[in-house]
Amino acid sequence: MDGFTQQQEDTWTVAGRTFRSRLVVGTGKYKDLEETAAAIEASGAEMVTVAVRRVNLSDPGAPMLQDYVDPKRYTYLPNTAGCHTANDAVRTLRLAREAGGWNLVKLEVLGPPPHLYPDMAATHEAAEALIKDGFEVMVYCADDPVAAKRLEDMGCVAVMPLGAPIGSGLGIQNPAMISMLIEQAKVPVLVDAGVGTASDAARAMELGCDAVLLNSAIANATHPVQMARAMKAAIEAGRLARLAGRMPRRIGADPSSPLAGLIR
Amino acid sequence: MSDTQAALRISLNGEQRTIASGQTVATLLTDLGLDRRKVAVERNEAIVSRSAYETTAIEHGDQFEIVHFIGGG
Repeated sequence: MDGFTQQQEDTWTVAGRTFRSRLVVGTGKYKDLEETAAAIEASGAEMVTVAVRRVNLSDPGAPMLQDYVDPKRYTYLPNTAGCHTANDAVRTLRLAREAGGWNLVKLEVLGPPPHLYPDMAATHEAAEALIKDGFEVMVYCADDPVAAKRLEDMGCVAVMPLGAPIGSGLGIQNPAMISMLIEQAKVPVLVDAGVGTASDAARAMELGCDAVLLNSAIANATHPVQMARAMKAAIEAGRLARLAGRMPRRIGADPSSPLAGLIR
Repeated sequence: MSDTQAALRISLNGEQRTIASGQTVATLLTDLGLDRRKVAVERNEAIVSRSAYETTAIEHGDQFEIVHFIGGG
């Protein structure tokens, strides 16, 4: 049989949960909840990130995300976006755990605009507090193999380095560091942030990431649902290329047609 | 008005509100029109579990955060 058939059961596992889709998508920045639902459906994602915010008490009957993105169908991964201290992150995710009833979370503690670069000192502090409180922490981090290793050693269940700043769409700016991080990791590695278009997602998978997390690349596309399909295809293509083992790079040409048997 | 109707001052998602005394988290959520299956409640920085809504009496000066999931990346 060909490799594709053999790889049909290609899955990845984080904190004991197994997924077929290697695309994790955010649910922010969409025009409305209908578009959110359609794009997520088209992406084939099985895990989605969500934010935790105050209910609008002046409009309690407003439609909620769960009405459009069913938590029974998708694994919700609550995030800590907007939290700048370990205490805020822990409070936010305790609320998320109560609202949703699960422990798997995405920790992100960010520095200020315009870079929103991961604040690794605060991230380590928050990760420690969350792990102590029983959370399974997938952690957004710098493309810093030393910091990522420390997070893994602390007990984080996945490390998620950025490919470029959040929402920048600049693509994978750091393939060498991502590769080194993957090389040493014993937990899943996801590129989280920076993907701008399908080729960026494919690139991340070719580097050997277990999965890719993205939001803006779909939500901010001119046609989000179409881009969601593109991302699904790109993730699959990149993963297959990784498994297939790309040809070596070489300086100079190597003809594809045999030189023997040329007419004279 | 009986004593149970005396007013309490509480903070709700950062807003100061006056409510009648004798309420629980369960009656507060009902009065606010919120679907309790879709929200989580923190009282004075401690989680109130769903199973405790009926038995958690609201006291003067309580600070509540009531949250839900929204779109995010």
